[in-house]
Amino acid sequence: MNTAKTEREPLFSAKTKKLLLGPLNKENPITVQVLGICSALAVTVKLEPAFVMALSVVIVTAMSNLTISALRNTIPPRIRIIVQLVVIAALVILVDQVLKAYMYDVSKQLSVFVGLIITNCILMGRLEAFAMANKPWDSFIDGIGNGVGYGIILIVVAFFRELLGSGTIWGLPVLPKVFYDLGYVNNGLMILPPAALFLVGIIIWIQRTKNPDLQEEN
Amino acid sequence: MKSLRKQLDKIKPQFQKGGKFEKLHSTFDAFETFLFVPDKTTLQGSHIRDSIDMKRTMSIVVASVIPALLFGIWNVGYQHYLSLGQTAGFWNNILYGLGKVLPIIIVSYVTGLAIEFIFAQIRHHEVNEGFLVTGMLIPLIVPPDIPLWMVAVATAFAVIIGKEVFGGTGMNILNPALTARAFLFFAYPAFMSGEKVWISDKADGFSGATPLAEAAAGIDTGSVHFTHSFMDMFCGFIPGSIGETSVIAILIGAVILAFTGVGSLRIMISVVLGGIFMGGLLNLVAVNAFMEVPFYYHLVIGGFAFGAIFMATDPVTAAQTSTGKIIYGFLIGVFAVLIRVLNPAYPEGMMLAILLMNVFAPLIDNYVVEANIKRRLKRMKPVKA
Repeated sequence: MNTAKTEREPLFSAKTKKLLLGPLNKENPITVQVLGICSALAVTVKLEPAFVMALSVVIVTAMSNLTISALRNTIPPRIRIIVQLVVIAALVILVDQVLKAYMYDVSKQLSVFVGLIITNCILMGRLEAFAMANKPWDSFIDGIGNGVGYGIILIVVAFFRELLGSGTIWGLPVLPKVFYDLGYVNNGLMILPPAALFLVGIIIWIQRTKNPDLQEEN
Repeated sequence: MKSLRKQLDKIKPQFQKGGKFEKLHSTFDAFETFLFVPDKTTLQGSHIRDSIDMKRTMSIVVASVIPALLFGIWNVGYQHYLSLGQTAGFWNNILYGLGKVLPIIIVSYVTGLAIEFIFAQIRHHEVNEGFLVTGMLIPLIVPPDIPLWMVAVATAFAVIIGKEVFGGTGMNILNPALTARAFLFFAYPAFMSGEKVWISDKADGFSGATPLAEAAAGIDTGSVHFTHSFMDMFCGFIPGSIGETSVIAILIGAVILAFTGVGSLRIMISVVLGGIFMGGLLNLVAVNAFMEVPFYYHLVIGGFAFGAIFMATDPVTAAQTSTGKIIYGFLIGVFAVLIRVLNPAYPEGMMLAILLMNVFAPLIDNYVVEANIKRRLKRMKPVKA
């Protein structure tokens, strides 16, 4: 996110800045709230699909937050979950169709996981916890913040998995051939889903070490 | 000895609080207690104290794997010359084996201890001795030709992810040595399975398949042909991981462990019983050639014996209650044979079975304890009424 530029605009107060940046660290959907783990394990083998997935989730969280927030006073509480799902589903189908039209290869790699954004807990969580009770602009920022918080972890995990598991970054070989001649071998474990679990765990470990207020009391 | 003690006492103040090397306190402590018996005594209350502390316990385990290690070193040489069609003398075998095995041991110890020391400094606790055993077990469960950097990576992974994340020695859920092996198995399968890796620098035409692989191949070919006799497998004249081949050498270790009470005899026996039970059951079903392999073969091929004696009995990761130990051991034996026979894609079922049961050990203990409480509560009721 281009935060340096956005700070200058009057639309961004200290509150919206917190909404935007909070999910990147202390309220991160993956490492702190532990939501959306399933897709984090599935789509992070390579950097490119992970990036596209992250982008899709940012768009869907932001737009669904905006929509629901705008409708929040007209939605009867009893059917709010269904309304939320309809909005999310419509957005996800849009994203899926765009991907199929313009990035067919990536869309194939992501397979069902774009469709499964609908079931991503981050979305429902933000709609219920934030968009139903806040104004559209704040909700929009909150959606972007959470989407990016999710995306950053995805990209970091995918970066290491692709580098260590395939020796490439964004599909380009980056390790010199000398490495392989000397007997280096790509790590097959990194291609398997558990590797993402290890990496997410390590990120959580580092994050908690740096933020003592995230640690539970013994 | 006295001069050494004096030397240590002289430099000791520098490592205590306020001293010049305060930060290296745990390093100093590790070496001091390694050389001399700790002089700490209980300050209050009365506790029974035994001179056996963790260092002594770990030393006994290391001593008990030495027969397997020595045999492994010899066997690496023996298999190598055998594949070349030469017969080398006893000492040539040992020499060749040493050249292969010693570097692996050194790499495993240096990597693991370096990480242990770093964590001890950061977390201000003493350096734990647990790694003395892990560092010895890792070389024994890898093929002789494994590249050394892989040993280093796997050891680092096992110590950091398998142990230090959970709080260090005594807190780990999974057996660290097996964590290292599982890491190698999934990360570098080409170096950990197949028939090429088990004999060091073998001649091309020579089949280096382990008996386990031969048995698994039987599923496709319709019948199992073992190159080696049962006695050979029992004595250990077969290709395989460095320390796992000889059941005799492992049994010597088992006697040491059981006699000193360091390893639980209960677990060892129940693992074997579990293996026999599952093997026997599969013999009865016997729909493919692997299932027809007599159940007693399962006890001597692959890492079954080694795992049962040295891995399953790890006091940290095994079940703690007496009943729990039996359930835990029995299920390890059952799953090891089950995974081997029903999923030939994972030839070493023993490793996966022990890791699986490591995870379930606390649950087993929990139910055993709960059952005990329930039983005793029941006994109370008639008194109340």
